[in-house]
Amino acid sequence: MEKVLTARHLNKYFYEPDRFQVLREVTFEVEKGEFLAVVGKSGCGKSTLLYLLSTMDTDYEGTIAINGETVTGRSQDYLSRFRNEHLGFVFQFHFLLPEFTAIRNVMLPALKLGRYSEKEVEHRAYEKLKMIGMAEHANKPAGKLSGGQQQRVAIARALINDPTIVMGDEPTGNLDKTNTQIVFDIFREIARENQQTIIAVTHDPDYAAGCDRVIEMSDGMIIGSHENKVQ
Amino acid sequence: MNLHITSQIARTHLMSKKRQTLVAMLGVTFGIAMFITMISFMQGVNQFLEDSALDASPHVRMYNEVNTQRPSLVDRLYPGDSAFNVVYHQKPKEQLARLKNGLLIARRIEREPGVLGVSPQVGTQVFYNNGPIQISGTIAGVEIEREDRLYNLRSRLKSGSIDALRSNPNGLIMGNVLARKLNVRTGDKVSIATPSGNTMILRVIGTFGFGIGTLDNTKSYANLSTVQEILQKDASYITDIHIKMVDPLQAIPFGKKLRAMYGYYTEDWATANSAILAGEKIRNVMTFVVSMTLLVVAGFGIYNIMNMNVINKIKDIAILKATGFDGRDIVLIFLLQAVFIGVVGGLLGLLIGFTLSYLLSITPFDAGDFLSIKTFPVLFEPAYYVMGILFGVVTTVLAGYFPSRKASKVDPVSILRG
Repeated sequence: MEKVLTARHLNKYFYEPDRFQVLREVTFEVEKGEFLAVVGKSGCGKSTLLYLLSTMDTDYEGTIAINGETVTGRSQDYLSRFRNEHLGFVFQFHFLLPEFTAIRNVMLPALKLGRYSEKEVEHRAYEKLKMIGMAEHANKPAGKLSGGQQQRVAIARALINDPTIVMGDEPTGNLDKTNTQIVFDIFREIARENQQTIIAVTHDPDYAAGCDRVIEMSDGMIIGSHENKVQ
Repeated sequence: MNLHITSQIARTHLMSKKRQTLVAMLGVTFGIAMFITMISFMQGVNQFLEDSALDASPHVRMYNEVNTQRPSLVDRLYPGDSAFNVVYHQKPKEQLARLKNGLLIARRIEREPGVLGVSPQVGTQVFYNNGPIQISGTIAGVEIEREDRLYNLRSRLKSGSIDALRSNPNGLIMGNVLARKLNVRTGDKVSIATPSGNTMILRVIGTFGFGIGTLDNTKSYANLSTVQEILQKDASYITDIHIKMVDPLQAIPFGKKLRAMYGYYTEDWATANSAILAGEKIRNVMTFVVSMTLLVVAGFGIYNIMNMNVINKIKDIAILKATGFDGRDIVLIFLLQAVFIGVVGGLLGLLIGFTLSYLLSITPFDAGDFLSIKTFPVLFEPAYYVMGILFGVVTTVLAGYFPSRKASKVDPVSILRG
């Protein structure tokens, strides 16, 4: 299998209030199309790890390569472009731009990438919304949608540029059971159908149980990695 | 492409916070409106003062300066450094203020190119007596038609008429403030005494007001021959030649030329009115300082609002950065908002500024005797409007730039982690 993400000897420190090592020698690889969950207790460093992988946090030791490209030590502007093209994000608190309509929110990263004309982008965004069952809410302002709906729009946004990896920080942490199931199913499907990689930090044991592989963390270290049976 | 998407985001931000946008805009609008109003008004005042001073003063005045200093005879006989002469209490020589062949000189100057008009005249200091009141002033003996061509006397008359002076050899056209002080009106008689003691009784046949205190307070016009008569001089006695040029700026070299040609002192308008010109410079500086202050205050208003805006939108900024927008895009998003506020607020400011200036220019204004205006003087000058909008945009861009830069430095991780 093709490796889409390689993390080697990641060490990360927090300096406030005291020097504190959050991550210790974290090394792992992720394969293309893998549906991966990172679990662990609060404060074990799993979110921190995710933000390192997301290229948004650049203050660490070790190296990260995504899609064969080393992202460690690159400039912020380069990383912005890289994120735009190769990474998609889903956060716990949905984080849409409330003034924009749902479809606009989905379109923004694609408009930034500029690979397609605005018309095509709109068409693609509509397709993504349709896929997650939000097509009828496309023209509502994001601020007027419910939490579950916003999270689904956020997923559509994460997928708009067909990223290699979709990262989620507790993507279902704020959702009820029905919506959790919907989000999970969408992830499951894109991992299988489009061979896109999903990496999500989660507290939810049901969610983790449904993943291809679960990485377990404690005190900044990976203490276990096991594959679930393919369902 | 980037500009397109960032401008869309900027527009959405502005539209979603209409009230806030409006408040920021009003800051600029107010600043620029006041800037326009102030500068138009101040420059209007400057222009008015300059005009009224220039209208009432000749472009070039030729006169014979009575110089009481002269070398003593001993000095003339024994000049040099080998010895020095001491002369006590040397009396001045009697010297006439007349211009020799004044009328002839006037006729010749009149034929020079670029000369609008020439008025030869006799000027002297006098006491005006009406009963027990004595007020010192000056009297100018003029050929009233020529003087009218130079100073447009007809339009300055408050009562009486110019033509009456020609039919009445003992007529007097008096400054309106002086007339009031003497408590005389058109038709009343005034007794005039010259420094050398001659007196004459003249009849006031008109009053004028230039709007300049030093003239309206002291000056009277009479016929040339009348003043020559009071002074007991002959008909060729001329003390001053007033010259108006077609182009005032030509007056300065022309004055020098006349001085070289005829050997008499000449004084041009710029020298004669140096106090007014200096005052104008000072007022200009003041206007600019106050206007800049207004615009800078407006700029700080925008800075505040943009800062608040960035803080309110910090989550959105983090999201945009996470989804691939770089620092430049973020700067652009917020800078565009500032520019929009600046341009729209500025244009609105120009409009309101123009309206205020216009209202000011039709507001009745009683300036008393010293200024001959009915409404406030306002200058409508396109350059001020260009300056206003330019400065407005520059301030808003600066005021918007710093918050935008702050926005571009937002660390998305710390925001998104919550």
